[in-house]
Amino acid sequence: MAETVLETEGLTMRFGGVVAVDNVSLKLKARELRCLIGPNGAGKSTCFKCLCGLLTPTDGRVFLRGEETTGWEPHQIAALGVGIKMQVSSVMDGLSVHENIWMAARRFNDTQAARRKADEVIERLALGPIARTELGRLAHGERQRVELGIVMAADPWLVLLDEPAAGMTADEVARMGEVIREMTRSAAVVIVEHDMQFIRSLASTVTVFHRGRVLMEDHVDRVMSDPVVRDVYLGKRA
Amino acid sequence: MRGDARRDTAFILIAGVVLIFFMPLLIDTHVLTLLIAYGMLALSLGLIWGFGGVLCFGQAAFFGLGAYTFAVAGINLGESTLPVILAVLVPAVFALALGAMMFYGRLGDVYLAVITLVVTLILFRWINSTAGPEYTIGVARLGGFNGIPGFPILNVPGRPELMIWGETLYYVAAVSLLVVFLLVTWLLRSSFGRIAVGIRENEERVSLLGFDIRARKTILFAIGAAIAGLAGALYATWAEVVTPTLFSLQQSAEIIIWCIVGGLGTRFGPILGAAALAYLKFALGQQAIIDNMFVLGLVLVLFVLFLPRGLAPELARGWHWLAGSRRRPARRRRAPRAEVSDG
Repeated sequence: MAETVLETEGLTMRFGGVVAVDNVSLKLKARELRCLIGPNGAGKSTCFKCLCGLLTPTDGRVFLRGEETTGWEPHQIAALGVGIKMQVSSVMDGLSVHENIWMAARRFNDTQAARRKADEVIERLALGPIARTELGRLAHGERQRVELGIVMAADPWLVLLDEPAAGMTADEVARMGEVIREMTRSAAVVIVEHDMQFIRSLASTVTVFHRGRVLMEDHVDRVMSDPVVRDVYLGKRA
Repeated sequence: MRGDARRDTAFILIAGVVLIFFMPLLIDTHVLTLLIAYGMLALSLGLIWGFGGVLCFGQAAFFGLGAYTFAVAGINLGESTLPVILAVLVPAVFALALGAMMFYGRLGDVYLAVITLVVTLILFRWINSTAGPEYTIGVARLGGFNGIPGFPILNVPGRPELMIWGETLYYVAAVSLLVVFLLVTWLLRSSFGRIAVGIRENEERVSLLGFDIRARKTILFAIGAAIAGLAGALYATWAEVVTPTLFSLQQSAEIIIWCIVGGLGTRFGPILGAAALAYLKFALGQQAIIDNMFVLGLVLVLFVLFLPRGLAPELARGWHWLAGSRRRPARRRRAPRAEVSDG
């Protein structure tokens, strides 16, 4: 039995009278791939922010590798070896691709090792031709790829991705899927996503959120064919 | 990368030494010493603002603290070596405490500017009100709005009777600026400096990489204050008097203007801006037709409108353009020859 790397216990987040996340208990095993889906406002992004420390949950607890991290600062959680990519593209715009990835690697390596690590990640993601280009000059898809590189460079054992495929072309999404599958060889991956086709291609376990609660948790195929899920989520999309 | 660093250092050293010996031919060394103190002060803000993204409206507070520390410690100790060290340490420790409060309290940029401004005002007010004989530190009277005159000026370490002033002071000041410049260069090349630039670019992202940005910003802030303190000590030994105007809002505003005009995000820009504008102010001070602040304001507006990146980046571009236009014809001449040899 693989070890549990991420666990939440009755996670609840209230904003005034609104309960964005309501008593959510998740459990994730090492090297598991998990997608969080749900209609807009279902609470998946809020839940995501509670996991990576950007929000402190009103109630409930978060455990990473058995250690309670509720209320920790984002940098403390990242320092455990958690790679995080936010929904809105968030990079150091004025710096080069290499410098961005170097910085991520530097947290866990010395200067020289971090440079080798950055070179390696750039090679793996085929970012070579733009390695010295400023992030601000890159197209959206390229930036997303660099963000993945930033996550990979830290060699995380848990990866949290908020909408990694948003706004990408079909080719880019396919390549993103490959990279994510490669990541699961060494890390558990949590993905918050809208793109159903992308989720289907990942063929993972899916947790469906609805009004802050977990509606269902099962393999993607069974989730897709469930009438209740179709009603609250897929039905509305059509 | 390491070769780059060595070439950079060599270039800075050569350019620095040339400037140190060349500038006295143009400007009197007495004035130059003041320009150097101001240049160092501007460099301190250029470091934390231009590279760390921390806009401090109160850099003058650290400058003034350095100057006052130098004066007060000098009177008490009767020599100047330890006072110089204290003039660096006291503002740094003060900034460490102030920075920790601001950065750990997660204050936004605007509040940070307001707080640093208010701290400067408080110091200005407080120092101004210390005219009475009861305000002393050791044997040094703070002197209120009159300031502190008559403290020991800079001396050769361990030899209080060998005082450094005049032309010698100019060379000491110039060399210390060069050393500080090299240290800043080294700092910016280090991991700490590179991550500081990352924080300037995107604070949240850097914290999500696992770096404690609060601690890093606090340390950078303190380094800036230490440099400003050293500049204050230089100023004090040059002026031979320290007055509360060191803490004034006008002084704080001028530092920011120096940085903008010289070029933010460069190391040389703020020094250039400070020297140019302070010299302009000095030159204008010798006439009474135009008001000083009016000209300073005009210069700022013109730069923001027409050279928003500042002097130093434009000079660098001009240099590259010149170097490029000299090189390009050479390349063109070589090209046909290659064709001939190919055939």
